Amino acid sequence: MDGEKDPRNLLVAFQIVRDLIAKNYALGPFVEELFEVTSCYFPIDFTPPPNDPHGIQREDLILSLRAVLASTPQFAEFLLPLLIEKMDSDLQSAKLDSLQTLTACCAIYGQKELQEFLPSLWSSLRREVFQTASEKVEAECLAALHALSACLSCSVLRSDTEDLLDSFLSSILQDCRHHLCEPDMKLVWPSAKLLQAAAGASLRAYHCVTSSVLPLLLEQYTKHPQSSQRRTILEMLLGFLELQQKWGHVEEDESTLLSLRAPVCSVVFSALTDPSVQLQLVGIRALTVLGSLQALVPGFLSPSDLELVVDHLIRLALHEEDSQSSEAAMEAAGSLAPLYPKVFSGHMVPRLEEELQSERQEESPRDHCSLQQRCLQALAAVSTHTSIVRETVPVLLQHLRKVQKGSEAGNAQDMVSVCQSLHRVALQCQQDAESCWYYHQTVVPCLLAMAVQAAMQESTHPLLGKALLEEEVLAAMVPVISAATTHLSPELAAQSVSHVVPLFLDGEVSFLPQNSFPCSFQPFEDGECLEAQRRLVALLMAFVCSLPRNVAIPQQERLLRELLALSCSCNCPFTATTAAKCFAGLVNKHLAGQQLDEILQLAVNRMELGLAEGPCRMQALTLLLWVTKALVLRYHPLSSRLTDKLLGLLGDTELGPAAADGFSLLMAESPDVLHKGCHADVRIMFRQRFFTDNVPKLVQGFHGAGPDVKANYLKGLSHVLNHLPKPVLVTELPTLLSLLLEALSCSDRVVQLSTLSCLQPLLLEAPQIMSLHVDTLVTKFLSLTSSPTMAVRIAALRCAHALTSLPTTVLLPYKARVIRALAKPLDDKKRLVRKEAVAARGEWFLLGSPGR
Amino acid sequence: MVGPGPGGGAPLENANPLVYRRSGERPVTAREEDDELPDSIDDREIFDLIRSINDPEHPLTLEELNVVEQVRVKVNDAESTVAVEFTPTIPHCSMATLIGLSIKVKLIRSLPERFKLDVHITPGTHASEHAVNKQLADKERVAAALENSHLLEVVNQCLSARS
Repeated sequence: MDGEKDPRNLLVAFQIVRDLIAKNYALGPFVEELFEVTSCYFPIDFTPPPNDPHGIQREDLILSLRAVLASTPQFAEFLLPLLIEKMDSDLQSAKLDSLQTLTACCAIYGQKELQEFLPSLWSSLRREVFQTASEKVEAECLAALHALSACLSCSVLRSDTEDLLDSFLSSILQDCRHHLCEPDMKLVWPSAKLLQAAAGASLRAYHCVTSSVLPLLLEQYTKHPQSSQRRTILEMLLGFLELQQKWGHVEEDESTLLSLRAPVCSVVFSALTDPSVQLQLVGIRALTVLGSLQALVPGFLSPSDLELVVDHLIRLALHEEDSQSSEAAMEAAGSLAPLYPKVFSGHMVPRLEEELQSERQEESPRDHCSLQQRCLQALAAVSTHTSIVRETVPVLLQHLRKVQKGSEAGNAQDMVSVCQSLHRVALQCQQDAESCWYYHQTVVPCLLAMAVQAAMQESTHPLLGKALLEEEVLAAMVPVISAATTHLSPELAAQSVSHVVPLFLDGEVSFLPQNSFPCSFQPFEDGECLEAQRRLVALLMAFVCSLPRNVAIPQQERLLRELLALSCSCNCPFTATTAAKCFAGLVNKHLAGQQLDEILQLAVNRMELGLAEGPCRMQALTLLLWVTKALVLRYHPLSSRLTDKLLGLLGDTELGPAAADGFSLLMAESPDVLHKGCHADVRIMFRQRFFTDNVPKLVQGFHGAGPDVKANYLKGLSHVLNHLPKPVLVTELPTLLSLLLEALSCSDRVVQLSTLSCLQPLLLEAPQIMSLHVDTLVTKFLSLTSSPTMAVRIAALRCAHALTSLPTTVLLPYKARVIRALAKPLDDKKRLVRKEAVAARGEWFLLGSPGR
Repeated sequence: MVGPGPGGGAPLENANPLVYRRSGERPVTAREEDDELPDSIDDREIFDLIRSINDPEHPLTLEELNVVEQVRVKVNDAESTVAVEFTPTIPHCSMATLIGLSIKVKLIRSLPERFKLDVHITPGTHASEHAVNKQLADKERVAAALENSHLLEVVNQCLSARS
């Protein structure tokens, strides 16, 4: 095997040696020779030739050789000195290979093989971790140390042999322990990581290390009063405590951990009360670790400790000035609540409710508002367990009613905040069937009742309860109802839909709480005074478009007709758009067949009528866009006819720009209807299909269009391109690139921005193709850096930066020119522009220079 | 202090330096996002340019080693002047000239030409501060230094973002 150079032969040879060893052939006196002939190839240095027909990569050879070297303990006496020597190499790849091979060996070696080499191995590992600049090397060293420690822990001892693990760990402790006492210096974290890697290998190692380190860290915390130092110490402490979770509940551990209970708790609580935000954040993280420890070692946190924890969390969440601490405290409450539901529902929720309802006179209105906001967020964050949800939801609904009855100006914003909290709780309930149904049954009828009540008051008394009918509030309620509906089982959903649809179609209010209303609920009837009632179709949309697919909707045809009529009215754009969206959502899920075709034909007639002439052209376009989207998603044959109509409208003087923007609507993810989350019929790769069917027509239309509408075609095209998956875009790029370059010269700001944001990732992903047009790109990007719009200047500078991914040989002729030209944006009047210019110009300076 | 292992690289001059916290990203204000209102160049902006420069010896930035601090950066946009004081970690640091040169090069590449740059060592913190300051102030020496490809390579490595 001497001097073999062909990688294919080497792979076979390595396989043969592995087989020899695996099948336990007696190697006898040939162990060293066998090792010599294979190890001379270590570490592998191989670059596959370009266009290699055999496709053998360097990784393949490395792994194959590693399998040979690490296959038997008999190689240990030769391999370990080799590895120690190669770890000192200047080449990072050699270092990494040695470390990984060492880790692989430890799986099969025992104390006997490692004994004489342990001091040198530790010395090399320590040196690497203390001095390295590379995260990869550090990670591999820690993994190797972990493997060593694990291997030593597994060895079986006779009563008179020395315990190597003990001596190994004590040498580690001797070298690293004193650095932990200097939390400001550079070596503190490398030392801590080494100790954690060794401790994490086995329970025995963990005991040995932590019995020395934990008391030291606790003592250091009290010795160093500065917040930044305490933060480092507490983070290290947590790193060690978290390792305990690997071994679950262990009887012997209980007493050692319990003895540390008091100092650990006092350290954590002191961190929570420290004025430094960073230390508070670590303290909050510590609470979650303590909580999980309690699960392993019952009695670690006494009931009074738990109440103290809740008190701290409430204080931080509600009264701490810094929003980071506040949010972290809420998240911690959310993750601890499922572990201790009784404590949280009995202690935290009543306190939050109290704070929410308190009317403090001495604070300014702004402070009062933000306290309320935080209470609402905290109530939502802590609702991570069924029993807690049953406490928090009534509180939130109660607050919503209270805000609605009030008459202050900021009411709409307050209602939106409550709705956001309700939404979060809905999302947290989705996974548990019991919570989900409880939530749906409690919240949906309540919201509908409040809305109906408000709508009726509007008709008779125009002033009271106006806030709930505002667009932003109704829009905030939509995700709440939607999230409460999407995860229902089909049987329960059917039960619910049998109440909600008759409410809207026939005014059946009997299932609503407090259902005595002054007049009848008829949102689909015509009439001036019914304007407010019609707006509630938004809530109907939220419900009915989120139902699981196989739930039958009663009176579906009648519902569709009513929605269609509503969407073509032009009194209120919000109502018309929402009705169009609801119609589209239903049509998307409708079973194929004659009924669907009939209703679609009706819709098409209405649209054509509306688009022809008159005041309702905009609404007709909105309806066209949503119905087209619904049909494109499900690959319905009518979609091509509707898309052609849309393409035709790009040339329309009045509706052209809106039609161009509509392409974004067709391609983008819509948050409330027609997306996978609400069970819509979304076929795979519909965007690619749309692209293939329609972009040639867009390009054709562009070439034939008059000068004042050309921008519309470009806008439509760039919207479609922006939503395509990158790999598809890259393959289509050659045909489109000339059009995109022309789009850069268009004076419309939206087109410029959209094209630049489209080009920037392409420069990074398809440098070869873009290289062909580098001249045009450089010229256009540089000229756009003087655009009057800040966003365009920033986008152009980012593209100039991205240009540096192209091959250096292509770019070098332009280097001087670009650097000169980028000097001007360095003095731009806006800081954000200057920042991008500095990044781009700096990168261009490094092009082709040594040291990049 | 940790010495080099067998066959290791050359020993570091300062193996266990004091490490300072990095400041976070500068938050974007509403004023900065407004198209019309101009933002003048301030001390923080210059500090942001130099704080991420890598130290030649350690995998740490000049900010983390407290070699540069925001209080030691003074800029006057209206008069087009910038003055930066930097503090080597130890008084006999042989890297002082290299660090000063990296700072100067970063500023030359990142600021409009109208600015006059003054980069010097914090008084009283280095044995040869007078000589180093003189070198850094001499434009021709700086330009000549950058023609040395080895020196340019080291400077560029300090200025590249760490992978």
